[in-house]
Amino acid sequence: MKAFGRLFARDVGLAFRHGGGAGLAIAFFVLTVTLFPLGIGPGPEILARVGAGVVWVAALLATLLSLDRMFQADYEDGSLDLLALAPLPLEATVLAKCAAHWVTTGVPLLIAAPILALLLNLDITGLGALLLAMLLGTPILSIVGAIGAALTVGVRRGGALLSILVLPLYIPVLIFGVGAIDGAISGLGAKPHLLVLGAFLLGALALGPWAAAASLRLNLD
Amino acid sequence: MLHRFANPARFGRIIAAILPWSAGLTVVLLAVGLYLALFVVPPDYQQKETVRIMFVHVPAAWMATMIYAVMAVASASALIWKHPVADLTAKASAPIGAGFTFVALATGALWGQPMWGTWWVWAARLTSVLILFFLYLGYIALWEAIEDPGRAAKAAAILALVGAANLPIIKFSVDWWNTLHQPSSILKLSGSTIHASMLYPLLVMIAGFTAFFVTVLIIRVQGELAARRVRARSLGADG
Repeated sequence: MKAFGRLFARDVGLAFRHGGGAGLAIAFFVLTVTLFPLGIGPGPEILARVGAGVVWVAALLATLLSLDRMFQADYEDGSLDLLALAPLPLEATVLAKCAAHWVTTGVPLLIAAPILALLLNLDITGLGALLLAMLLGTPILSIVGAIGAALTVGVRRGGALLSILVLPLYIPVLIFGVGAIDGAISGLGAKPHLLVLGAFLLGALALGPWAAAASLRLNLD
Repeated sequence: MLHRFANPARFGRIIAAILPWSAGLTVVLLAVGLYLALFVVPPDYQQKETVRIMFVHVPAAWMATMIYAVMAVASASALIWKHPVADLTAKASAPIGAGFTFVALATGALWGQPMWGTWWVWAARLTSVLILFFLYLGYIALWEAIEDPGRAAKAAAILALVGAANLPIIKFSVDWWNTLHQPSSILKLSGSTIHASMLYPLLVMIAGFTAFFVTVLIIRVQGELAARRVRARSLGADG
């Protein structure tokens, strides 16, 4: 548990330090959302209709962009080999890295999302659902992304490959994330969607670290 | 039982013995099926002649999903029992599966144009098949990206299993996504009962497509086995 905490603190520290790239994901997120009104026109009705989807798609892409940070640097300087040899099981190492990734990417997205939703004229009744859905959804993005990042660690030009592997697996999160917001705005209720997202999160928590750790092991020997 | 086929040499002999039979079966079944589908089956009273697209479209879509299951089972046995030919089977299946998925999408578009008046709708079925196509592409790309064949095999097997676990979730969420917003009004194919005059040609075509898959798979696995032997031999010559 102590090793888990140390590793988590180390990764969070590295991400926020100079050159760590934690700020880049959020800048990318804001910029991508800004492109949509420029692309489809500033009409408030159109933006209100597509707002939930735009915020979620941008969040997906911003998470994707930050995934290579998860294992790649540690792989290149050799510390990943040491982490694999450490007494902490590799599955726990992966989980600590996922948690650190979520704190440095998912949480900033979570904070920025309501502001961007207001800029997109999203109905105010959907904001609570947006926050809850992103709270449940972004950890799934980190865990599923960890599988993809672990599979492509050490692969040259892994970035494009990573997106092909991971984006199809992100689709359910996108569907239910947007569904929760639409449900809240239309008055049908966001609860079913949020419950499904919660189920996905539990499933990803239970299975994801094993798949990612198995991928890391084969890429390390 | 499974381990009897684990020896690549014996496996090679068995599939070489199956090959002429499956190839012959493919030719016979596809010839009979295409004759029935194109000449014997009466034109549909509503869809006219375009109904004949079904005899390619439905078997192709069936193969697209079945081959992913074959790939997942082969990947699982490669990971669990370190079965030496299972990963080759999975690798050889992927491009065939991607091909059938593409055929299903393309014939679907050609059928949809006259029937629905549009090449593409974002209906649940179409979308989930499109996602299946991307899963195939990712799997193939991962094999291509990792140079060491042993590592590539394991990585691809993990990806195939993660994909297999996710496929029902994706399918189910896409179904829900569609039906929540607009109940499907045009895609009522599966619900309606199909007349016997069309059912039997369809079954023949499905059997023919399956035999075709087995034939092509055997040829591709033979190629993979030969490539592996060449690699082993050239490594032996160097060392």
